Amino acid sequence: MGILTTYRLRLARKRWRIRAFRKRRELTPVVSRVMNIRASDLLLVSTIRNEKVRLPWFLRYYRDLGVNHFLFVDNDSDDGSREYLAEQADVSVWTTKHSYKRSRFGIDWVNWLLMRYAHGHWAVVVDPDEFLVYPFCDTRPLRALTDWLDASSIKSFPAMMLDMYPKGPISRSPYQEGQDPLDIAHWFDSGNYTMTKNPSYGNLWIQGGPRARMFFGDTPERAPALNKIPLVKWHRSYAYVSSTHMLLPRGLNFVYDEWGGEKASGCLLHAKFIDTFAAKAQEEMDRKQHYANSHEYRAYQEGMAASPDFWCKWSEKYINWRQLEILGLMSKGNWA
Amino acid sequence: MSVGFVMLCHTALDRAAQVARHWAAHGCPVVIHVDKRVRRRPFERMRRDLEGVADIRFSERFSCEWGTWGLVAATQAASSLMLHEFPGVRHVYLASGSCLPLRPVTELVAYLDGRPRTDFIESVTTEDVGWTVGGLNIERFTLRFPFSWRKQRRLFDGYVRLQRNLRFRRRIPKGLVPHLGSQWWCLTRQTLSAILESPDRAEHDRYFQRVWIPDESYFQTLVRQVSANVESRSLTLSKFDFQGKPHIFYDDHLQLLRKSDCFVARKIWPQADKLYRTFLSADLGKQAAAEPNPGKIDRLFAKAVERRTKGRAGLYMQSRFPKSNWENGMTAAPYSVFQGFADLFENFDIWLGKVAGTRVHGHLFAPDRVQYAGGETVYNGALSDSAGLRDYNPRSFLVSLIWNTRGERQCFQFGPDDVQDIAPFLARDPNAQISVISGAWAVPLFHANANFGEIRKEAARMQKIEAEYLDILRGANVKAKVRIWTLAEFVENPMEPLQTIIDEISPRSLRRVTEAPRMADLAGFGQFLQNLRNQGMQPVLMGDFPAGDDPRPQPSRRGRPYLVK
Repeated sequence: MGILTTYRLRLARKRWRIRAFRKRRELTPVVSRVMNIRASDLLLVSTIRNEKVRLPWFLRYYRDLGVNHFLFVDNDSDDGSREYLAEQADVSVWTTKHSYKRSRFGIDWVNWLLMRYAHGHWAVVVDPDEFLVYPFCDTRPLRALTDWLDASSIKSFPAMMLDMYPKGPISRSPYQEGQDPLDIAHWFDSGNYTMTKNPSYGNLWIQGGPRARMFFGDTPERAPALNKIPLVKWHRSYAYVSSTHMLLPRGLNFVYDEWGGEKASGCLLHAKFIDTFAAKAQEEMDRKQHYANSHEYRAYQEGMAASPDFWCKWSEKYINWRQLEILGLMSKGNWA
Repeated sequence: MSVGFVMLCHTALDRAAQVARHWAAHGCPVVIHVDKRVRRRPFERMRRDLEGVADIRFSERFSCEWGTWGLVAATQAASSLMLHEFPGVRHVYLASGSCLPLRPVTELVAYLDGRPRTDFIESVTTEDVGWTVGGLNIERFTLRFPFSWRKQRRLFDGYVRLQRNLRFRRRIPKGLVPHLGSQWWCLTRQTLSAILESPDRAEHDRYFQRVWIPDESYFQTLVRQVSANVESRSLTLSKFDFQGKPHIFYDDHLQLLRKSDCFVARKIWPQADKLYRTFLSADLGKQAAAEPNPGKIDRLFAKAVERRTKGRAGLYMQSRFPKSNWENGMTAAPYSVFQGFADLFENFDIWLGKVAGTRVHGHLFAPDRVQYAGGETVYNGALSDSAGLRDYNPRSFLVSLIWNTRGERQCFQFGPDDVQDIAPFLARDPNAQISVISGAWAVPLFHANANFGEIRKEAARMQKIEAEYLDILRGANVKAKVRIWTLAEFVENPMEPLQTIIDEISPRSLRRVTEAPRMADLAGFGQFLQNLRNQGMQPVLMGDFPAGDDPRPQPSRRGRPYLVK
């Protein structure tokens, strides 16, 4: 990498940081309990809109992993999400009516909260339908992982998105508040992912899974990206560039080994496809606030209208992280 | 009171205190050294915590940066204090703050009582160690290291390089033979005091102060001078990963640790409550007086290191994406690619599946859709049959298919009518067994019901594509197992090549192939080629088929005229 590229990326990083700094004015605190954050706390940052149904399980899941404090940006919910979050003792909430799209799909807001509150902390950045699974997550808390990463001088931890879906049409098994969405959507595609290296940012570009299989057969280049780096030992000079797919400085994107070995990695179980999805897709279509002119949602809507069943006879039923490791979707690396 | 513990602590002081208390309660004196870099408050808390406990002492504090002399100075001070304060101690056991006893203290005492004059210290000559990271073995003793390896890596490396280039060498003091080994040892009073009270100690200390990582060499080297009975192994179970960092034990290692029969393990995660609760409890089950046997744990960690350095062959995923030539297996398993066979033989796939007992696909790279075996639309691992998805990244498609079907050999047809992008990858992959009957694509054309002008054009196109493919297969850096026959050669004697291929696919089936696939009718094929020539197209890839002289397979048993023997 030449000096010129380095400098260009440095400018890009500064630009994203300045942008995030300016977007801070869009956030109005609802409840701020940030003074309770202790130096060693694990943080979680998330942007939500009308996710009341999902939140109880989401909070429970990450509390069980050992997250100490949650930082939420509420993008103008009207279903009581904001009020619900404000009641939680380990949650700080900001709200905004500004455009999700013009905040680069929430990432400017997230960058700001990270810059302001997560400096020196391990931070998880996920959506409310994403559930982090990492090696030994059934026996070791998240803190064990971050301690190990610290000891190994690793600053970012990758977790590929794994789209989960139910068997049969998604509208068939309704989701109840507080329920584990993986009770309903526990099937996934085990081996139809494609990956290429992004030469400028160094991250891997992973696509595939049920969404590509069902909706993007003719336009595979438009299939959603599945590579994510949701767990980072944050420094205030870092910035997420595009969702949590890639970061700057680019060294944080080198979460894969290029010399034949396997680094440690996890998976983000993406329980998007439950019965709340159809309504969500419609709403997002109307708001036109999503990536690439909501192309993704348009494709879903067309697909959903026909026969919304992702399941096929080669779908795998989710059991635990060890299964994902054996299938080669994640790896323990040298953690044992 | 035959064994005393020296503990070097720098973090998780509460856990260290808990272990110290455990040892003291079982009658073993403990001397604790706390890193000078630990702040006053946590240190005072630990002191207060252990105030009432008899037989616990705190030694003079040194700053212990990794790889520096401070660790040795701390050990010396604490050991001296131990020998001085507790005259009853016969063995001194050096442990860290993140060590945990796995067996009752009485068992350790009994074990040491049985070996009253043995020094347990790993001590290996520099030529024999395989575990040093960074390639510094003997150079640890002959170069100077004024820069911090952790904080000034570039200066460190540069200075080492400079000294190498200048052939700089420090003189090793007379009589010393450099030895290395784990820093966690258990020495007898005699040995330890001989080292600490040696008349040459000042000289030794001065020398070792500038040795790289002296805590792995000071006692390990000097013990050879004074001890008559060195048992070169550590009583502490401590495993290192490929970067030289110690592996950490968690709650889920409980059963492994129990079965290891080791006396002390490090390093324990401070929040492994279950481990601390179990191993520090009073009613730790009495075990037979077994020798330490960390075999299982060794294997576990060896596997982790192998996974980190070599990975799983043929796997491409979010945290393993090898550069070209570093794949250590471009695909997960051997597979076979057949070109021209399905054109020449009728129902070749069914025949092959039966004879070789493998999965036989059609043209996986057909332009319209992926032709999986059995006409499936979705295949193993939920791979789609969409040509668009496949052609978006043909390489990912193929390696995924081979990875998903580990344990079952895959065969597929390939041909000039298919999407050719995958060809260079196939040629480079040592797992690919590629068999080509060149020019066989002309057989379906020969049978086709189409205008000759179209056939001629099609033939020219196919020939061009296949010629390019063959060029790739004949390239210089081809790693695949490639076999190429011309159509004429193959028709002459089809059984032998078929047998060779089948033997390679399933080497264990010793049966000869008895039933041969049925060959397409080639009567008039020579004339067909001549017609192409007459139209101005030169068919070259199928070999020599004289017009009018039709290839006649040896007539076999009556009634099955086209059966090839």
